[in-house]
Amino acid sequence: MFAYRIDRRSGVATYVQLVQQTKQALRLGLLEPGDKLPTAREVVEATAINPNTVLKAYRELEREGLVEARRGLGTFVTKSLGSAPADSPLHGELSRWAERARAAGLERDDVAALFTAVLEEQFTQQPTDRPTRPKRTAKGDPA
Amino acid sequence: MTGSAIEAAALGKTYGRRGPALDDCSFRLPTGRICAVVGPNGAGKSTLLALAAGLARPTAGRLTVLGTTPAAARARIAYVAQDKPLHPQLSIADTLRLGAELNPDRWDAEFAQRVVEEGELDPAARVRTLSGGQRTRVALALALGKRAELLLLDEPMADLDPLARHQLMGTLMAQAAEHGTTVVMSSHIVGELADSCDHLLLVSGGRIRLGGPIDDLVAAHCLVTGRRPAAELAPHTVVESRATGRGTTALIRPDGPIAADWEAQEPSLEDLLLAHLRSPGTPALLTPEAERKVAR
Repeated sequence: MFAYRIDRRSGVATYVQLVQQTKQALRLGLLEPGDKLPTAREVVEATAINPNTVLKAYRELEREGLVEARRGLGTFVTKSLGSAPADSPLHGELSRWAERARAAGLERDDVAALFTAVLEEQFTQQPTDRPTRPKRTAKGDPA
Repeated sequence: MTGSAIEAAALGKTYGRRGPALDDCSFRLPTGRICAVVGPNGAGKSTLLALAAGLARPTAGRLTVLGTTPAAARARIAYVAQDKPLHPQLSIADTLRLGAELNPDRWDAEFAQRVVEEGELDPAARVRTLSGGQRTRVALALALGKRAELLLLDEPMADLDPLARHQLMGTLMAQAAEHGTTVVMSSHIVGELADSCDHLLLVSGGRIRLGGPIDDLVAAHCLVTGRRPAAELAPHTVVESRATGRGTTALIRPDGPIAADWEAQEPSLEDLLLAHLRSPGTPALLTPEAERKVAR
């Protein structure tokens, strides 16, 4: 069964940690479409966090179209987050870009900073960074 | 709208000739919450829990628990007092049997047994030979075995080692997730409850200072910093302000938009609690959910 790890000192909201860890597991292939996420009960028993935190994370994943809650059955992965494989055109383009950057005399940190800046430009409105405050639901949800 | 686990109306408790331990407390705790009762030593946390458990009578005001009097709700409440009172001469097995016989209609023997076994305790051991942490585990096994609708736990985690604490808190959360149990836990350590609780009552000086869902309470406050005097924050409720360098940093409850020359960020739960404890004069804040709905 997939297990979450909560880092209390990270400063990252607990439900965001759950969302991020689920996505990371999807990228790494630890979770694939059809797999069942642990129930809220299982997660809280293992981590001692509040049940609503788990439900909030699962709602966020559902909103992003990655999982689906099936009433009475649990929450299931519906989509994989395959990272671009090593031989994809995107990888080739990025590789050639990095070569040009190096040839232009940029250091590794310069390239990383540039890449991060472009990432920020292109992927600003990350939904998990600006959480809405969903209404609390009753406990005992089968999520 | 969910029901109320606890409703207090102008609740007060005075012991003998000392000043009131609780004074004019009005609040509502909806069912299904995991509520942290936080405050300094002597704030009135234990008194509040003992009143809710029906072990003490209020000297002022009214208190309803699960929609009725604490006495009438007793079968549906489990209470673990701070000193974890158990019969010292009984073995652990006999203590659990006592739990079964005192709660014939709702006792979950298997669950109580499991809580004890997870601590690797010998069922034949007498309670008086147990360490403080082990006694806490047995007391929690009794409370959990009762399958109560409302768990009132006074400093439940204080003498547990980190592993037992994490594991028992996990058991509590699982019980809440599965059965919708309302849990009220007191503590003067904020960190140990922050991840487990979703609702807060801050008690100090016998009064309720903050009450409501933790997310809502945090969202009602702002930590602001700016090169401005504190007086310019006047339209807002200033909980606490301090001079920092050439400017001011303050925790406020915004009333309307904050002027652009202040940098605002969301406070942590700890920021919020400490600021309120250092500033006893701040008006209390109960979110709409934590206010008593009954007509006066």
